[in-house]
Amino acid sequence: MAVEKMSIAKALNESLRLALDNDPKVLIMGEDVGKLGGVFRITDGLQKDFGEDRVIDTPLAESGIVGTAIGLALRGYRPIVEIQFDGFVFPAYDQIVTQLAKMHARALGKIKLPVVVRIPYGGGIGAVEHHSESPEALFAHVAGLKVVSPSNASDAYWMMQQAVQSDDPIIFFEPKRRYWDKGEVDTESIPGPLHKAVTVREGGDLTLVAYGPMVKVCLEAAAAAQEEGKSIEVLDLRSMSPIDFDAIQTSAQKTGRVVVVHEAPVFYGSGAEIAARITERCFYHLEAPVLRVGGYHVPYPPARLEDEYLPGLDRVLDAVDRSLAF
Amino acid sequence: MTVESTAAARKPRRASKRTSAAKKPQSSEPQLVQLLTPEGERVEHPDYSIDLSADELRGLYRDMVLTRRFDAEATALQRQGELGLWASLLGQEAAQIGSGRALRDDDYVFPTYREHGVAWCRGVDPTNLLGMFRGVNHGGWDPNSNNFHLYTIVIGSQTLHATGYAMGVAKDGADSAVIAYFGDGASSQGDVAESFTFSAVYNAPVVFFCQNNQWAISEPTERQTRVPLYQRAQGYGFPGVRVDGNDVLACLAVTRSALERARRGEGPTLVEAFTYRMGAHTTSDDPTKYRADEERAAWEAKDPILRLRAYLEKEKLADEAFFTALDEESETLGKRVREAVRAMPDPDPMALFEHGYADGNSLVDEERAQFAAYQASFADSAEEGK
Ligand SMILES: Cc1ncc(C[n+]2csc(CCOP(=O)(O)OP(=O)(O)O)c2C)c(N)n1
Repeated sequence: MAVEKMSIAKALNESLRLALDNDPKVLIMGEDVGKLGGVFRITDGLQKDFGEDRVIDTPLAESGIVGTAIGLALRGYRPIVEIQFDGFVFPAYDQIVTQLAKMHARALGKIKLPVVVRIPYGGGIGAVEHHSESPEALFAHVAGLKVVSPSNASDAYWMMQQAVQSDDPIIFFEPKRRYWDKGEVDTESIPGPLHKAVTVREGGDLTLVAYGPMVKVCLEAAAAAQEEGKSIEVLDLRSMSPIDFDAIQTSAQKTGRVVVVHEAPVFYGSGAEIAARITERCFYHLEAPVLRVGGYHVPYPPARLEDEYLPGLDRVLDAVDRSLAF
Repeated sequence: MTVESTAAARKPRRASKRTSAAKKPQSSEPQLVQLLTPEGERVEHPDYSIDLSADELRGLYRDMVLTRRFDAEATALQRQGELGLWASLLGQEAAQIGSGRALRDDDYVFPTYREHGVAWCRGVDPTNLLGMFRGVNHGGWDPNSNNFHLYTIVIGSQTLHATGYAMGVAKDGADSAVIAYFGDGASSQGDVAESFTFSAVYNAPVVFFCQNNQWAISEPTERQTRVPLYQRAQGYGFPGVRVDGNDVLACLAVTRSALERARRGEGPTLVEAFTYRMGAHTTSDDPTKYRADEERAAWEAKDPILRLRAYLEKEKLADEAFFTALDEESETLGKRVREAVRAMPDPDPMALFEHGYADGNSLVDEERAQFAAYQASFADSAEEGK
């Protein structure tokens, strides 16, 4: 067994290194990914070791980055592209939504688009605008894309491996404020499938459903609730598209109460989809309506207000209390 | 056969020269419009002349010195934790003051996020620029009060807004001009290419002012283009000119001429100001990872402020008293900025729900009420605790 403690950033870096090592068709592309190693240093040292032809500093053009990655994939390469920040994916949104997502279907399955689009996302780092958003629902809504987000170092390592090996385009959201959180990574034991949810804490009274940056908040909330005698289960979805509804259903039927937590605005967010499905699948098991905690229907606020905007421990516990009060 | 299987059947080849990334563009030697040499000598240019009074020359010098002082103060404030981020303009003072002073009051400016010197020329109170970097707002000034639009962070977007605004100016029959600022990196964005297309097709009175400061974070200009940027304009059907971006006189003359051309209804111009970003990209950046110290040293010899000072001194256009008074004015400005930033309050949490929409929105109203009740619940429990 090769178990090592590392940050999420390091786990991603190691995983990308392994992907480049394993398959000469894997390429890394993006702004500043070369010498600088990316603004978050996720690609640190990779250009030095694999050369400028495999770790490619691109022009400052997101539509160009994704559009050419599509062409490279059509030619048999497996590009992993980095979008520098969540808010800068939109120049590439056209390519992702109108082309990347649909080409496999249009070619009746004859071509594959093994492109991974890495996006550091979410708030909590005190940044200026367009550097803190959670646009996952905008991608999950599009058929043909798969959308995932790891919440810990082990998942960061393994989910990246699985994403690179997938023949479908994957939007890989990296919870940027967790980049420096450390966890154990077993680089030898192969984990479960990419799109399977994981129960990260067992409990009997209520289920918190989360992914990415919010998993940690939910675990903290569950620990705090434990002190008040409440037993909370925490489900880490890991994948927002597809979603492991079976796992959600199992937990919902067990606890009868579900609160979905994400950073993105609640309105039309992934929590809405999850709540609706739970209602359809296990209405008679529910003790309370599925509640959602997330951002408001406002532009992501300036840094000095983001603590009010982002779901924290108190807001999650408040929702837990409201659910338990039904 | 699928594409995948044909690719797999082919033997892997070593990356050839053909596939490797392009190195230096062929013509990297700049053809610069210059009116003041790095040594502070006035030179003439056949197409661009300028005749400024001693007062005006001192004014340009003062603008550059105060802008640099403001920028240094903001950098220091970031280091002290008062600002979350700062994008320094160090080295780009001439490009910004020269172009900014070429503008008329009724012209409209679309900046990116580093145009502190242009803002200065527009009369925007410099402390207004700091709110977004402190994290208390996303802009914080009324663009229409100084015809200076909000800073734009998404690279290149504003060039289209400038073009559209200019199309509006033309439709109105006004003779104002519009100027859009962007970087060499931005020149790669589709939006910028589209703004060139629109402005040319509609003959919009807009000046594209590209500050080629040689770097887009860690990527040199060669990673964005194979031809000198100003030459791009030709392909769209309008003139492009490269100016010494560290020469405030040349920047003023060239921009003035481009604005006049726009006013005469002759359409857009691309001005490439060839300059250098002397500091880091922003305070979060570490330029030692990607560029050599010698490069900065070479550009320091072309410092825009020292160059004009040498000229003023040589020609006896400014005396010691002028420079001393300016030093004092700089310190006063630094102090004012420092105090203003420290006094800048955090926004009221309820401000979250302000200005999302111009008209009311029932969803926001509902969320606002829920948020207020939630906030109040803490006050109540604090009461109960007493
Ligand atoms: C669409 C978009 N992609 C990426 C970024 C991140 N980013 C911010 S500044 C920058 C480099 C900009 O370089 P350039 O256009 O040359 O302007 P400079 O900062 O040098 O003035 C990058 C990549 C962004 N802000 N917007």
